[in-house]
Amino acid sequence: MVSVHTQIALSHLTSRTRQTLVSLMGIVLGVAFFLAVSSLMRGSEQDFLDRLVNNQPHVTVSDEFRQAPVQPAERRFPGGAVEIRSVKPKTEVRGIRQYKSKLSQVDSIAGIQVAPVLAGQAIITFAGRDVGVTLSGVVPARMKGVSSIEKDITKGSLDDLDANPNGVIIGEGLAERYRISMGDNLLLASPKGQVRTLKVVGMFRTGNQAYDESQTFAALKRVQALMDRPNIANSFILRADDPYRARAIAAEIERRIGYKAVSWQEASEDIMSLLLVRNIIMYSVVLAILVVASFGIYNVISTVVLEKTRDIAILKSMGFHARDIRRIFVIEGAVVGAIGSLLGVLLGMFIMWVLVQIPIKPPGVAEVVKLPLYWGVDQFVLAIAFAMGSAVGAAWLPARKGGRVQPVDILRGAA
Amino acid sequence: MADATPVLRTRGMTRVLPGEVPVTLVEDISLSIRQGEFAVIMGPSGSGKSSLLYLLGLLDRPTSGQLWLDGEDTSGFDEDRLASIRLEKLGFVFQFHFLLAEFSAMDNVMLPMRKLGRLTEAQQRDRAHGLLADLGLDGHQHKRPGQMSGGQRQRVAIARALANDPLVILADEPTGALDTKSSIVVREILHDLAHRQNRTIIAVTHDPDFASAADRQIHIVDGRLTDNDAWRAEH
Ligand SMILES: Nc1ncnc2c1ncn2[C@@H]1O[C@H](COP(=O)(O)OP(=O)(O)OP(=O)(O)O)[C@@H](O)[C@H]1O
Ligand SMILES: [Mg+2]
Repeated sequence: MVSVHTQIALSHLTSRTRQTLVSLMGIVLGVAFFLAVSSLMRGSEQDFLDRLVNNQPHVTVSDEFRQAPVQPAERRFPGGAVEIRSVKPKTEVRGIRQYKSKLSQVDSIAGIQVAPVLAGQAIITFAGRDVGVTLSGVVPARMKGVSSIEKDITKGSLDDLDANPNGVIIGEGLAERYRISMGDNLLLASPKGQVRTLKVVGMFRTGNQAYDESQTFAALKRVQALMDRPNIANSFILRADDPYRARAIAAEIERRIGYKAVSWQEASEDIMSLLLVRNIIMYSVVLAILVVASFGIYNVISTVVLEKTRDIAILKSMGFHARDIRRIFVIEGAVVGAIGSLLGVLLGMFIMWVLVQIPIKPPGVAEVVKLPLYWGVDQFVLAIAFAMGSAVGAAWLPARKGGRVQPVDILRGAA
Repeated sequence: MADATPVLRTRGMTRVLPGEVPVTLVEDISLSIRQGEFAVIMGPSGSGKSSLLYLLGLLDRPTSGQLWLDGEDTSGFDEDRLASIRLEKLGFVFQFHFLLAEFSAMDNVMLPMRKLGRLTEAQQRDRAHGLLADLGLDGHQHKRPGQMSGGQRQRVAIARALANDPLVILADEPTGALDTKSSIVVREILHDLAHRQNRTIIAVTHDPDFASAADRQIHIVDGRLTDNDAWRAEH
């Protein structure tokens, strides 16, 4: 049998069915709306992050330093007010020098794969037309571990760059635009004036049009020769087994080799803070809904307290304590909160199910995709916690008032 | 008949309602109720009968003076302590029945037992059922107050007052709102409780027939006992 408090609480709620249902609806809608919005927001956030993580290196090591090198004058007068003007940088060959030893230092970090890249501008001359492209020199075996380019290859393969040192892989976009076919010979010129004839051994399509029209790959050695930068790479790109450890890995790399290492989180800081703002907005809107819903509960329980002052007086006269009375009304709030949460979760899941059925076709993508929804248990727990918290909180004020009713005041009035 | 132990005793008990114009409800009440005594409080309307009963029933606290219940000085007890004493040792019957409308007769009678929690649920049911049957309500146990007559409701209220087997039953005009026939039934029940079961009963009444069966009549006028001097002499 339920406790006497619960029995009294339920009798109050059932005696005001309509008002109880209205306040229940508030909680149901609040919880359902929370779930729908939260699953959508977090689903799209996760989807977005996945794309972000998959389409860019987790850490990029570039040929820069975070701190400017200490100038000789500063070394001579440490802490002094040294101002240096008109520094003329000497023309030095930029890039990660002695990249092989730096690479092996990075390589020894656990849980990562790393590939050296030397990228630069080049001009392709084909059928009498010149077109500027980005030429990346890569080591195919290493590149496969750190980039998704391998799966975007539509003709040939990355390994063909190993087989044919004079091979080049271009985007399908470029190929279509200039009617280049597999096996065609392209004339590549570097800013250094070197010119080579390279043969198209592969093509890729990422879906990113600009990239597909301007990116080309060749063997690292070949590009080093073309750019006249032997034994130099200008970046390392890394993929971590756990992308969310990228910050720590980047810091470790900077500590080991000194070159600037940027994690994907750092690279996308603006996007990350945008996501945070989005979450703050979502949670405040949903919180506001539940606050409004809690007014409904406050209203129904206040009414019951007013209406049942006589009952409260008689319960207290027969020996119920103030805390018993408070408990009765808090139970009323909790019951509305619990039933509201349950129905809200069901309605929320239904809305989520409906959302998943909606086919959407993002521009530039051929396949029909479904809305990415997040189904994690934590958002259900959060929704129920919010609902129960606001329901019990809303019940607390009238409950306290009920607990303070003095039976004599009521008896004097009634007699 | 009544034995000599005082179950309820007051000395110089005064209750003043504070306010811009303070109202003295009762003044300098000293009296003693013995175990098993059946006492009625009588007096004109507005003389302070109900006010006195609330004080005796620990529903209200005196502004000055003392009250002993079952040998215990209750002055200085907090609200919760007084509530616990009411639960265990006192039973109330008011002019209006004050039953919970959504609860059956059984459930109403079981309320104090469930709060006290000394009996098992089955024992509570048995006891509630028996109390109602004893008061002539067999077959009505599962009705709600709205489905019963005024006299039946008042009998349910009496059964509820008896639920925790109280030391003292306090009644404020228990027949005051009933028709003649019902009020005779309720009167007989209270008389029976006093004389056959030897219960301690303090009842406010205007009804001379009701009062005539009592062991003792306490008269109050303008908040003061008229037989105070007689009682003082006795002690
Ligand atoms: N809340 C209050 N404020 C001011 N005066 C009050 C209040 N309650 C009671 N009184 C006064 O206190 C006095 C005693 O009231 P009480 O109800 O005890 O009288 P009573 O003897 O029970 O009357 P009745 O026979 O009509 O029930 C009355 O004069 C009443 O007007
Ligand atoms: Mg009265």
